[in-house]
Amino acid sequence: MNILVCLKQVPDTESQIKIAPDGISIATENIKWIINPYDEYAVEEALRLREKFGGEVTIIGVGPKRVTESIRTALAMGADKGILVDDPAITGSDSLGIARILAAVIKDIDYDIILCGKQGVDDDYGIVGSILAELLGIPQISVVLKVEVSEDASTVKAHREVEGGTLVIETPLPALITAQKGLNEPRYASLPGIMKAKKKPLDVKTIADLGLDASQVGEAGTKIKIMQITPPEEREAGKIVEGETPQEMAINLVRLLHEEAKII
Amino acid sequence: MAQGIWIIAEQREGELRKISFELTSEARRLADQLSQSVTAILLGSNIKEKAPELGKYGADRVIVADDSRLATYTTDAYVSVIAQLAQSGEPAIILLGASVQGKDLSGRLAARLGVGMVQDCVAFSIENGNLVAKRPIYAGKAYATATFKDSVPQIATARPNVLELNEPDGSKSAEVVDAEFSLDDSQLKTKVVEIIQEEGAKVDLTEAERIVSGGRGMKGPENYNILEELADIINATVGASRSAVDSGWRPHSDQVGQTGKVVSPNLYIACGISGAIQHLAGMSTSKCIVAVNKDPEAPIFQKADYGIVGDLFEVVPALSEEIKKIL
Repeated sequence: MNILVCLKQVPDTESQIKIAPDGISIATENIKWIINPYDEYAVEEALRLREKFGGEVTIIGVGPKRVTESIRTALAMGADKGILVDDPAITGSDSLGIARILAAVIKDIDYDIILCGKQGVDDDYGIVGSILAELLGIPQISVVLKVEVSEDASTVKAHREVEGGTLVIETPLPALITAQKGLNEPRYASLPGIMKAKKKPLDVKTIADLGLDASQVGEAGTKIKIMQITPPEEREAGKIVEGETPQEMAINLVRLLHEEAKII
Repeated sequence: MAQGIWIIAEQREGELRKISFELTSEARRLADQLSQSVTAILLGSNIKEKAPELGKYGADRVIVADDSRLATYTTDAYVSVIAQLAQSGEPAIILLGASVQGKDLSGRLAARLGVGMVQDCVAFSIENGNLVAKRPIYAGKAYATATFKDSVPQIATARPNVLELNEPDGSKSAEVVDAEFSLDDSQLKTKVVEIIQEEGAKVDLTEAERIVSGGRGMKGPENYNILEELADIINATVGASRSAVDSGWRPHSDQVGQTGKVVSPNLYIACGISGAIQHLAGMSTSKCIVAVNKDPEAPIFQKADYGIVGDLFEVVPALSEEIKKIL
């Protein structure tokens, strides 16, 4: 079974986010970069499928060069090979541009299943997976908590989290699945894994290598224009509710919620 | 020229979801600025009788696609029908909910129509006749304001619980129209084979108007009963911090924060949650925040409207008792 995982590198979730001087992007100095947490679940699920069905796990990332480090981490977890698309023309791509690049990489690969995280925890768009599935003309199942591939590897059944319940969706392979937290517990890279990863193949491709026109990606290929990035509205620290005893505090809080905030 | 604002109404088991009315209300406000009409698109099976409800919130017209294959949402069928309707109806703007369904649909619909899409917006405006959308990024650590390029229609999804709901007006009615579309069974590859309802399911965190949330200060899974009791009294949903989820005290689906759910209830009561940045990011659009924590230095107090410095094991039960008295 050939399994592809699309991987994004994002700022650590503990990072403070600062707006860059241009006012339309995020300052990237002093940021610790990690594998997008949802993509880690995708990598883990890919490894589990390979353990069951055999085959190969390929990690696909889209530039810049620092993304190599995240792909190496996935290789150290056990993936077989990596592909990085690194090209200055990619800068400023929106979800559509990234999906076009991934589709161009994947069109020449024989695959059974594509796994992605349900969203990047940076821009929180969560649509690269579904656009990619559309461009490739394959079905998608998003926000998945459980993956069951049939014995003959012809169909997949996935548990999809929806508000207040779960839908079990079945579709023939090849298909694209996006991972939700809870799908699995990602393994750590072992020391021998890290050593082996250094020797695993990691191809670097440019936009031209993929036969893509630079107008399809980067700023030129976007359908969305960011006008401004702003900090959240500051919430002012509110009142500390006074009281000598827990009961007094509770009485005072309920009065405030009832009379001042008017929400109870 | 493309004209009019469409909203994609959402139904589950034949009942319209609240987001449908939020979208209709917002579309009405935007359409009035553009002097254009509001059309609601309703997909389902035997669903037509629900269409007039959307008129009360401001839809001028409801296009109903009624087909047994549309009873439950599937990506293939819904994208296909909505794309066909959009190609023939040529709306200027399509709004969807940033619900699990809307987020599954939005990207693929935009790709099929070859246009841009802005996800999970919390505010819209019209500038020079075009849609401008504001959305949180990094789970609310910053906000991006975006506009569209070469996109007709302009597509956006709206976060549930954020847009203002119009007062339903029973005197208003919408024209109800049957949709013209075709569905090719060979194109429908995804099938819903089972629907598992959560037992005693409360409103989902992303749609809840009140949330009672517990963190590391809860000390163990057995203590969440005091939060559940309070939640029952005020009709709230129980949430949890990442550390509580990662410790195995609560299921993943309860997590509020950057790698969990981003919520915007009217009332968020944080108990024993210190307020790590990734948690604050997930709940900072709550309208009123209450924090109960024994550490007066906890960062959560910087975000809270009302803070109680005290032992949650004493304060929360006392709070339950006091609220009972006034309800």
